Amino acid sequence: MAVVNDIIIQALQMLLVVAVAPGLTGFVRWVKARLLRRRGPSLLQPYRDLYRLLRKEVVLAESSSWLFRAVPYMTFTAIWVAAALIPTFATGTMFSWSADMIAIVALLGTARFFLALAGLDVGTSFGGIGSSREMMIASVAEPAMLMAVFTLSLLAGSTQLSSVAHFMLTQHVGLRISLGLVLVALLIVAVAENARIPVDNPATHLELTMVHEAMVLEYSGRHLAMIEAAAFLKLLLYASLLACVFLPWGTAAVGDGPVAYGIGIVAYLAKLTIAGGLLAVFETSIAKMRVFRVPEFLGAALMLGLLGTLLLFVSRSL
Amino acid sequence: MALTLILACIAALFLLAPVAITIRAGAVARPVVYGLSATACSILLIAAAPTLLGGDTLVQILPLGIPWIGAHLRLDALAAFFLVVVNLGGAIASLYAIGYGRHEAAPERVLPFIPAFLAAMNLVVIADDAFVFLFAWELMSLTSWALVMTDHRDGGSRHAGYVYLVMASFGTLCLLLAFGLLAGSHGGYSFTTMRLSTLATGLQPVLLLLVLLGAGSKAGIVPLHVWLPLAHPAAPSHVSALMSGVMTKVAVYGLIRIVFDLAGPTAWWWSIVVLVVGAITAVLGVLYALMQHDLKRLLAYHTVENIGIIYIGLGLALAFQANQMAFGAALALTAALFHVLNHSLFKSLLFLGTGAVLTATGHRDMERLGGLIHRMPVTALTFLIGCAAISALPPLNGFVSEWLTFQAILLSPALPQWGLKFLVPAVGASLALSAALAAACFVKAFGVTFLGRPRSPEAAVAREVDVFSTGTMIGLAVLCLLAGVLPGLIVDALSHAVAELAGGTRLPPQSTLPWLSLIPVSAARSSYNGLLLLIFIVCTASLIAVAVHRFASRAVRRAAAWDCGFPDASPATQYTAGSFAQPIRRVFGRLAFRASERVEMPEPGRLEAARLHVKVHDLIWQWLFVPIAKAVNVASIRLNRLQFLTIRSYLGLVFAVLVILLAGLALWQ
Repeated sequence: MAVVNDIIIQALQMLLVVAVAPGLTGFVRWVKARLLRRRGPSLLQPYRDLYRLLRKEVVLAESSSWLFRAVPYMTFTAIWVAAALIPTFATGTMFSWSADMIAIVALLGTARFFLALAGLDVGTSFGGIGSSREMMIASVAEPAMLMAVFTLSLLAGSTQLSSVAHFMLTQHVGLRISLGLVLVALLIVAVAENARIPVDNPATHLELTMVHEAMVLEYSGRHLAMIEAAAFLKLLLYASLLACVFLPWGTAAVGDGPVAYGIGIVAYLAKLTIAGGLLAVFETSIAKMRVFRVPEFLGAALMLGLLGTLLLFVSRSL
Repeated sequence: MALTLILACIAALFLLAPVAITIRAGAVARPVVYGLSATACSILLIAAAPTLLGGDTLVQILPLGIPWIGAHLRLDALAAFFLVVVNLGGAIASLYAIGYGRHEAAPERVLPFIPAFLAAMNLVVIADDAFVFLFAWELMSLTSWALVMTDHRDGGSRHAGYVYLVMASFGTLCLLLAFGLLAGSHGGYSFTTMRLSTLATGLQPVLLLLVLLGAGSKAGIVPLHVWLPLAHPAAPSHVSALMSGVMTKVAVYGLIRIVFDLAGPTAWWWSIVVLVVGAITAVLGVLYALMQHDLKRLLAYHTVENIGIIYIGLGLALAFQANQMAFGAALALTAALFHVLNHSLFKSLLFLGTGAVLTATGHRDMERLGGLIHRMPVTALTFLIGCAAISALPPLNGFVSEWLTFQAILLSPALPQWGLKFLVPAVGASLALSAALAAACFVKAFGVTFLGRPRSPEAAVAREVDVFSTGTMIGLAVLCLLAGVLPGLIVDALSHAVAELAGGTRLPPQSTLPWLSLIPVSAARSSYNGLLLLIFIVCTASLIAVAVHRFASRAVRRAAAWDCGFPDASPATQYTAGSFAQPIRRVFGRLAFRASERVEMPEPGRLEAARLHVKVHDLIWQWLFVPIAKAVNVASIRLNRLQFLTIRSYLGLVFAVLVILLAGLALWQ
């Protein structure tokens, strides 16, 4: 019985992230539009976009290979599995022990690896420019993320995200310098990895200035829908990660019962709203930077993460 | 019994070498020699397995070598593990070689040296005295040198062979002196006596330096790596696979045997040296690899990076061991040995794949390849698996060993020394950086070689290679996947070798855990389950694909590439290896290689081509090796005068040296 219960919670978690993800992106777009004094599209627009794309035929470039057709599904799956491993409304779900934070970072790396290959597959220059810049950004962003993960795991004594969330909720962690550093580092990484301003502009129409959008330029139809959905999920994943570590309040634990789960879901949606609103305000208030300024921006995140880890190494013996 | 069988196989491999000379003219020579080599390697592999899995340590003394001393041989769990690595790689490379060599001028030329090379590597691992060890080590160097010189009419190969020979003899000299220090003034050259004696504290830095120079130069640590990207690519591809995948591991074995076993208890600062060397090697190795456009050179530089990762694991183990934290040492050693196995698997796979590309197209310059995924589907798929594994992507094997290394790093705040407290986070950051750069490097390697459109006529008409080549590549790809999804079995298999080195401590048994999870420390701390992740990913991906095709659209139309409306661009407009690496070169290259770019734009209205000049400097070669070579050159010119003295001056010189030596002896005592 307990096993069935666990499976239901895990399935609920997986469905919840997929269902909410387009809404989060829609919400960010809506807030941004309001801040620019436009009316903005409806919150449901991303859902409608996905539905429309899914029903269209795929136009494949003549030079594309099987890899090009497989990558949208692989990317979406890798990000979905990673998102399913992050506690959203409840900690300690059934599969959360099968991969820890390091594995989540690596799963996101897997998604990026195959997407970058797909950018090179057709053999056009825009795909190449996107892939090459994406890998350049990732080569600094991924170590920064790992250093942030190190700091969190040293603090909580575990690399399991559920344990970290539990630690943050139950222990009186208080204000810690290393936590602050990690928060800033993770925010920078999240902005870069989700191709948001100031690193990349998801709404531009000039391909030379794009990174992520240039890489997926050749995709169409259902393939593009999978890639768009993966991008929505990735934004949700980072928002959930930040929420479960830095705003752990209201999260239920597996076995708490339906009432706690309900509270957990409401709290989770509230946290997402806050994160989406903050992202929209941040994006509206800043300009995009040149591509070769990005490594300096991300280098700051790497240094902050390293500093956070270093502080914990040093303070252990005091 | 097992050791006798192993010795018989090694002797058979040695005998096969002269036999290969006599039959090399015939058409049957290659299948016979490679088939017998593969058989011998397989027997060796099976014979080593019982000791690896906890059998007794076997010892034998043969009446060979130095009179009255004999040749000491020993098979313990550590030696058995490296025997498995050597012979797995050896057997697969030999099988591959049966079908390989269509494009080569004289593929029979390597035949006598391959069995001798394999035998020498096996002998290094089971040696139990300094004489046998150094003899086998030098034999390994010489046979591999002969293999590097296969294509000796090519000037590049001759240069590579020369640099390799110089570095190899320098390395052996350092190891000879290191064994001299370990043997002490009594001259006990068997490893058993070396284990019992302890080294004076003053001599410890000298020993560490000699071992790093000797074993490290063979493994390719920075700055002694310069020969490796020259020599490994010069040989035929199955030999490159052996040299990169297997011989560097024998060099790692040399370091482990001396530092963890023979040197006795070591001071904590040893770990600092090894960690710094490992971190620098890892980051610089992958940066060098990113700058290459020759596929084999890229892979060879990438071997340097992986040696760095292994050294980081060994350095952590030394740090834990010096502080009596046996569990941490066991974890770090498990990570290092796991990575040794992993690297031998995926690096062999990638070199064999490069060999297949070379056979099919005649090119190993990535700028002349492209689009091979359409023409060579099996090679492309296996090469892709190798690329994903070496980039540490879950659920493949490269990720597991990096994950274990990260777990060891997370145990290290408990180390008491301040130097280590400051160093280890930086080492962790450089490990993370090198992993991320490795992913970029292999996106480039796979993407430019196999994806896109063909950049040369040969690439456009390439054909899939023979069944031996594809079979061995499939085998290695399957092993990469198995080692990734069943890591618990491998950690358990390593446990006896680890326990030998870490004073009896080992990781808790993993294969009895539910769902075949990997839990190195405790379930609350960290766990990883590659099998579950794989099942999860495969099931979800196929479910989504089926659902999308069933309920949404399944219509497909082929058309010209969109490319923002630019019609039918030539394949030359694709991203090349050089352009792919450009952003990373601009970010990291200025510091590491003093890279500079200059664009020459013609005046508006003039119809000349614009030019982009890129300058990349190999600073280690310029600042370290060029000055040394110059100094040697100057000294030899000066010393040349000594060859034209009169007999009286020679006698005077001899007398003066005698007096100086006697005076020195008198003063020393």
